[in-house]
Amino acid sequence: MSYNKPLPRLDTLNKPFWDATKQNRFLLQHCPSCGDTRFPPGPVCPKCLAGEQTWIEASGKGTLESWVDMHRAYWDGYKDELPYRVCLVRLEEGPVVVSNLVDKTENLRMGAPVKVVFEAVTDEVTLPKFTLA
Amino acid sequence: MTELKDLKDKIAVIGVGNTRYGNFPEIDDYGLAAHAFRNAVQDCGIDKDKIDGLLVSRIPYYARMGEVLGLNPKWTITLPGHGRMSGMGIIEAATAIAAGHCDYAALLYANIGRSRRVNYGGDESPGTWDPWGFTSPGAAHAMMFRRHMELYGTTTRQLAEVSVSIRYHACLNPDAVMRNPITIEDHESARFITAPLRLLDYCLINDGAVCLILTSKERAKDFAKPPVLISGFGAQETYSPSSIANFDMDFWYPAISAAGKQAYDMAGVGHKDVDALMCYDNFSPTVLFSLEGLGFCGRGESGAFVENGGLSLGGKLPVNTDGGHLSNSYMQGWALNVEAVRQLRRECGARQIPDCEVVQYVQPTPCTRSIIYTRG
Repeated sequence: MSYNKPLPRLDTLNKPFWDATKQNRFLLQHCPSCGDTRFPPGPVCPKCLAGEQTWIEASGKGTLESWVDMHRAYWDGYKDELPYRVCLVRLEEGPVVVSNLVDKTENLRMGAPVKVVFEAVTDEVTLPKFTLA
Repeated sequence: MTELKDLKDKIAVIGVGNTRYGNFPEIDDYGLAAHAFRNAVQDCGIDKDKIDGLLVSRIPYYARMGEVLGLNPKWTITLPGHGRMSGMGIIEAATAIAAGHCDYAALLYANIGRSRRVNYGGDESPGTWDPWGFTSPGAAHAMMFRRHMELYGTTTRQLAEVSVSIRYHACLNPDAVMRNPITIEDHESARFITAPLRLLDYCLINDGAVCLILTSKERAKDFAKPPVLISGFGAQETYSPSSIANFDMDFWYPAISAAGKQAYDMAGVGHKDVDALMCYDNFSPTVLFSLEGLGFCGRGESGAFVENGGLSLGGKLPVNTDGGHLSNSYMQGWALNVEAVRQLRRECGARQIPDCEVVQYVQPTPCTRSIIYTRG
């Protein structure tokens, strides 16, 4: 069955990120001038406005900042798997990202250590998700 | 240069109007706005041709709006249909009048989201996190409330108090959409939309329109109703993280504190002077965030503050006496500002706060605003 959930809209800014997830690597945009690190990527560094931005590989480790269980399907592709869990993770490198927590347990606590796992959802797209470490 | 503080008590709301609230597929946003405008004009008795300022929000085309109403103002501004625009718009109009851009400004907002089946999520509002299924302002507020639960031990039963008090007020408002009383148990047994938030933590989606007419304090004396003064206001944006829309790791606490302090200092009032708080209750947790940010209670203490009907008429601090977005009408802050005016005019009947002198509006959002209104 074909994948019928939303897929990332690739553009010149985020393409390096999505290319890397296909190789099970989690990249963060990085400013070589001031060291600021962020996700999602931007056209300039929001701290020092440097235009030339690079990428660094994140450890994939972080802590759980929050989580919710989505009980409504805003896209048809989710209808058969409600509720599904979305998490907020603070990466070791600093940025906070939204993702899915693959664990179903109700026994969660803010601050729990998590690590990235990669799920190839189509031939073109691999989504980084998180699991309790 | 004029300082903002010098605008204390210089601008007044002279006319307010709204439509009925509900599901009106037969009428468009211009039509709804026109009805609200006519009601506001009748409310204050102004000759509409005197109106020389026009602000529209969530209305497609300002010029068509002017044509519909027969207005050719000398000041026009269009704001997008985001709720946070209500507080911004009122402050912009006040400063425009003070600067002499116009003498009488009509502020118009219309929403046709109910009849046009707006979802506030999914492909309607594409975002960075769609590939993980994270969408809708409600989910962002659920994410914040979970953090509040984890950090401070706030419970969903405490959160329920917000919805229960505001519904109680709606039951006293003949115009409100939801007029059946609810209990904490009703809240706790309602279906989840985005856990930990349930149906009764979410605002309504309904059609309707609101209009406010503003002018200077001096000109305000010439109209039918007692003027209500804009005594103070404050502002602070929080644009990171905008990729996670409608979200702040810190519950907008720094922004609410800053905007609140500006408003209190400008108006020269304190918490004890505030007779009612009109709070942008798109989702019930924003009320808790507001109480803490404004300093009505300490950080993490809002759960205890709202218990035992703390936000109901006769309680510690009446909040959203018209029923708010949760139970009266989803007019994205505009109707809450109208309610502030009506409370200060003492037009609120069964839901009237006795001796109401000071009402505060607050919108904890990426564009946080607070406005303090007093009797003229």
